[in-house]
Amino acid sequence: MPRKPVPRKQSPARAAGLRTPSWVGWLFVAPALGVYAVFVLRPIALTVQYSMYRWDGIGPSTWAGLGNYVRVFTDPDLFASILNAIKLIVFFSVIPVVLGLAIASTIRRIAASRLALVARTVLFLPQVIPLVAAGIAWSWLMSSTGLVNQLLAYVGLESVARAWLGDFSTALPAVGVIGAWVLLGLCTILLLSGLSKIDPALYEAARMDGAGPLREFVSITVPCLRQEIGVCVTVTVIAALASFDIVYVSTQGGPGNATMVPGLEIYYLAFSERQVGMASALAVVLMVLVILVALPIQWLTKDRSS
Amino acid sequence: MSRRTRWNGAALAVVMGGALAAGCGAPGGDAPRPEATGASLAAAPTCGTAPVTLNAYIETGFPLPKELSTEFSKQHPNVKWNIREDQFAVITQNAPRVLADDPPDLMRLPQVSELVKNNLLKNLDGYAKAFGWDSWPASQLEQMRMAPGGKTRGEGSLYAMGLNFSMTGVFYNKKLADKIGMSSPPATLAELDDALAKAKSAGITPIAQFNGGATGGLAFPLQDLMAAYGPSGPINEWIYQKPGATIDTPSNLQATRHLEKWIKAGYFWKDVNAVDYATMMSRFIKGEGLFMFNGDWESGNLDKQMPGDVGFFLMPPAQQGGKQAAMSAPLTYGISSRAKNADCAAYFLNWVATDPKAREIGVQVGGSHPMGPADAPMPEVSEGTVTASTLAAGAKIAEDNGSMDFIANATGAIYAKSWTPQLQKLVAGQQTPEALLKSVQSDYTSQVKGS
Repeated sequence: MPRKPVPRKQSPARAAGLRTPSWVGWLFVAPALGVYAVFVLRPIALTVQYSMYRWDGIGPSTWAGLGNYVRVFTDPDLFASILNAIKLIVFFSVIPVVLGLAIASTIRRIAASRLALVARTVLFLPQVIPLVAAGIAWSWLMSSTGLVNQLLAYVGLESVARAWLGDFSTALPAVGVIGAWVLLGLCTILLLSGLSKIDPALYEAARMDGAGPLREFVSITVPCLRQEIGVCVTVTVIAALASFDIVYVSTQGGPGNATMVPGLEIYYLAFSERQVGMASALAVVLMVLVILVALPIQWLTKDRSS
Repeated sequence: MSRRTRWNGAALAVVMGGALAAGCGAPGGDAPRPEATGASLAAAPTCGTAPVTLNAYIETGFPLPKELSTEFSKQHPNVKWNIREDQFAVITQNAPRVLADDPPDLMRLPQVSELVKNNLLKNLDGYAKAFGWDSWPASQLEQMRMAPGGKTRGEGSLYAMGLNFSMTGVFYNKKLADKIGMSSPPATLAELDDALAKAKSAGITPIAQFNGGATGGLAFPLQDLMAAYGPSGPINEWIYQKPGATIDTPSNLQATRHLEKWIKAGYFWKDVNAVDYATMMSRFIKGEGLFMFNGDWESGNLDKQMPGDVGFFLMPPAQQGGKQAAMSAPLTYGISSRAKNADCAAYFLNWVATDPKAREIGVQVGGSHPMGPADAPMPEVSEGTVTASTLAAGAKIAEDNGSMDFIANATGAIYAKSWTPQLQKLVAGQQTPEALLKSVQSDYTSQVKGS
């Protein structure tokens, strides 16, 4: 059956026959698109190009094809740095999101009290502090004479005390703790704002049906926060994979290579080993890895109700 | 597809294509053309009388270059300074790009091999001849000489100069030494071992050292032990990238085993892998360690912070009366191959080494030995200070011809990527001395080949 043309409402300009040509819209977008192309797309393209060469950053370069990529996956040190980044996801992502959910729903329950406001502010504070300052403060806290060890000694756990960032077995988790501390506030605030959108009637109805706090949490809070959780997980997983500043300030990748992550390795390769090609190849691999991890998260947490 | 979407798609393709096309053609090749040799000069250059502004890029945290520049302007009022400061690590990473894009007249430099290879540094042979630097003790300039193309260090043309040359050895806390009955510095390695053991049993940490982050400080005692067990020549050849040189030698293995023995005996702080340089200094000054392997750049500082309480000795030899060696390196400054005021910068470098007032500043502020002719007058230093003992030690090293560059300077990456992680593993008991040397050597081979 042929469709009938639906009469469209026309703007006065159009009605008067002054039709705006379609390219005018592009004029408005052009400046932003230009900046994006020059400062985002061009560097990405250049990085991909550099990754195919052996180059010290100044002198002439030689074609290396995919040789640099082969080394990323065969050099045990480079590959180990990628594994470290994946381990950091537990600290940067899992802990902040899980803890953030628990804290956010607790704060929601006591929303009216002054304590909720204080908790909100305190938890968000790490977001305001520069990461470098956080890294320095934490390396003092976790040094052999730092507050962490003093507290351990105070409760009689002196035997556990150690230089947390300088010990092969604890350095990576210690860096992870700093990351968890920084990202917990972001997750909590995001989840809290999500919680405020949930209709209180839902909780009321659940309570009438005899649901306890746990049931409310599992059946209402988590499903309703699906999208917010998605954003938290995406942001924190990327922070884990692309981590640089916290590690650089607290351990510089040491001891040994126990806390080496790709971000730091790229920096060392480019600026201290002067292997710009290798650094670019690792950067491209990292970018692909981030996309590979972030896309499924986006897909899983997409709101399918509409 | 509607006309509009096609239009949009086309525009997007143009923008993206433009972005991608910018990346065509092999990268690099914008480096300066090679300079054949240092042009020979009719007369020694000066700063003239017309106003000159010298651009300098220096290391922050060290007052010496600034004090020198102030004094220089006092004596040469037409010379003004434009000084940019950064941390050494930043300068190291910036050096090639800064020398290529924004050429300073004078720049504090890491090791020079890669810079010479890319023709970024001025060949100073002409100045050396005009000023007579060639007649100074050859060892002062050796580390800044490079064979053509930047292949081997230690020979060939001169590409940098030092403001002074510093040297490492062992500082000790005299009060703690008294407690263990150490009245004079150890004369042999065995005596040093003995003092270490006595300190340990007296409840004093025997060695204050750093080994955290990307700079492994155990490289200091390790290289000193290498010098005690074997000759310093082969170590220098390795650092200078002489073909076929290796660090994996029997005497170096003995040295590394000795260091492991110290680690296992608990002579270092338990958290040494988490201690950085600044923490080591503050703990040593607080009296938390008997010995510290470090360099004379701290002499002036220690004379101020713990007056009369610090002594200094060179690493003792394995056998009584044996030759002594030390890490000793010039405070390296280079002139960009594109520098505007190269002549005036060279004149300044010569002034630092020869002007009496400049030499005095070099010793009192820099704490290290000035450059210059062997018979140049030495500035007065008060008796009993650390500075006096480091200057005396410098004379002994010159006599024994025992100056070595730092094993961390062999390639641009060997310190952060090989020595440091390997030494940190040695502390944690995760690496053996044999495998440590093999691993560093294999990294070295691939870095030398790759560069």
